[in-house]
Amino acid sequence: MTLASATRRPATRTPDAGGSRRPVDHGAWFLVLPALIPILVLSVGPLLYGIGLAFTDAQSGRTAPTRWIGALNFQDLLHDTLFWDSFRIGLLWAVGVTVPQFLLALGLALLLDQDLRFRPLARALAIIPWAMPEVVVGIMWRLVYNPDAGILDETLRDLGLGDGHDWLSGLGTALPAVIVVGVWAGMPQTTVALLAGLQNTPRELHEAAAMDGAGAWRRFLTVTWPALRPVALAITALNFIWNFNSFALVYVLTNGGPGGRTRLPMLFAYEEAFRYGQFGYAAAMGCVMVAVISVLLAIRLAGRLKGDEDV
Amino acid sequence: MKTRKGARAGQYLALLAYLVFLAFPFLWLISTAFKPARELASLHPTWIPRSPTLANFRQAFDEQPLLRAALNSLLAALGAAVVAVLIATPMAYVMARHRTLLAKAATGWVVVSQAFPFVLVIIPLFLVLKNLRLIDSLTGLIMVYVVWALPFALWMLVGYVRAVPAELEEAAAVDGAGRVRTLVSVTAPLLAPGIVATALFAFISAWNEFFFALVLLKTPEKQTLPVVLTHFIGAEGVADLGPLAAAATLATLPSLVVFAIIQKRITGGVLAGAVKS
Repeated sequence: MTLASATRRPATRTPDAGGSRRPVDHGAWFLVLPALIPILVLSVGPLLYGIGLAFTDAQSGRTAPTRWIGALNFQDLLHDTLFWDSFRIGLLWAVGVTVPQFLLALGLALLLDQDLRFRPLARALAIIPWAMPEVVVGIMWRLVYNPDAGILDETLRDLGLGDGHDWLSGLGTALPAVIVVGVWAGMPQTTVALLAGLQNTPRELHEAAAMDGAGAWRRFLTVTWPALRPVALAITALNFIWNFNSFALVYVLTNGGPGGRTRLPMLFAYEEAFRYGQFGYAAAMGCVMVAVISVLLAIRLAGRLKGDEDV
Repeated sequence: MKTRKGARAGQYLALLAYLVFLAFPFLWLISTAFKPARELASLHPTWIPRSPTLANFRQAFDEQPLLRAALNSLLAALGAAVVAVLIATPMAYVMARHRTLLAKAATGWVVVSQAFPFVLVIIPLFLVLKNLRLIDSLTGLIMVYVVWALPFALWMLVGYVRAVPAELEEAAAVDGAGRVRTLVSVTAPLLAPGIVATALFAFISAWNEFFFALVLLKTPEKQTLPVVLTHFIGAEGVADLGPLAAAATLATLPSLVVFAIIQKRITGGVLAGAVKS
């Protein structure tokens, strides 16, 4: 019943068994096309179309033909302070969620890797947020944060720590409040990935280090972390992107409010496209989001390759 | 490895703290769902409803077309799962067994597709589906869900195919079976558990999905469960808490059940991919 046991897949592949030297025959295309065509038509195609739209004045419900307007949308975006506000909030949110998510998940994974009682139960429970629809997670936390009937304020009242705070509509509390939800919702995936990484670390190394008298912290630094690093980097990069692009959670929790304090870029672009019908402009936003995120990750990756950074 | 008693106690305490953090919103949701209106209005909410009731569930069904929405969700999720697996399995097979340019490109696409904000894809999709008169239709939504589920389905399935020894297939080939025959009669049966796990994962993803459904489905009778759930939250953000909690609880049950069934395999599949990337 352990989560990670399934990840130990026996290495059944002999070096040659992949058939990499087998000549490519045309039968392969027959097998690939049923998936390849939908991918090209409904995923790659729209993606390119979307990038193209960013250079047009496309609007919904307009009768006049759509015109090519070059980089005009991007010029407008440069001066759109609301967009950059939301971009900044998106980055704050992505970092604010990804970092604690990683630290908490690492702690939890290390715990679940131990020989503790109730471990199977704990592992099973830890998955719950993963299985829940994001909309339900949002609704659930609205109930928790509710100033009158919510359990959070009631607990605070019982402890004598303040009274009836409306977390989700306070200008200062809204973003931290939704970040907590983001951390909660994304922890399982991160935990599970790290747990698998831990299970792949050779036990003998641990034992050898323990015999040499290394303490728990030293063992973590010299044995566990080096083995875990690739998984940790991969999952953190993915989490960052996913979080930056997230939509449903915050849509349900605050719908971007109060006063745009939690208006993530995706919420902004969604409104622009489907409330105001500015398809071209919203597509340009999407392009900027991709571009900036790619640059950030490339810098991160370059730093990592140089080896002058640690995490 | 010896661990001192103090450290062990600390570990259990930390584990307990984690579980409280994970479980308390969930328990609160369920508790709220069973509370009568009078108890919800009281200034001091209780953990366990004093006089539990099913009234919220009844009211939830009265207020919104929940049954219809659940049926829509079920159809969309089933359709997406079945189609995704049917077309992904052969492609995953080729990707796993041939290191061709195509396989590399597909793997690259799987990674890249994770990084794009959906808004960049949904606008063109919206336009295309509108021209095909597939806005506000489950068929259109299923098409989107299939493609949306494909990267992950491929990722999982490639791992499962690689776990099947290629020697078995070679033996079949020596016996004169063609590629498709080999795939269907030798590989597919061994893959079956992996295929089921992948299908169930696609099912949950579609069942839980919100953004595409929000954009593509307009009339209330066509909408899926997550979209209908948001109707319980009024325009001003004021919600009738009891029915909201009741409906949310119901919407979660299928995912939880399916997830419990496949969690072992899913994490395996996810990680086989994630760790190797």
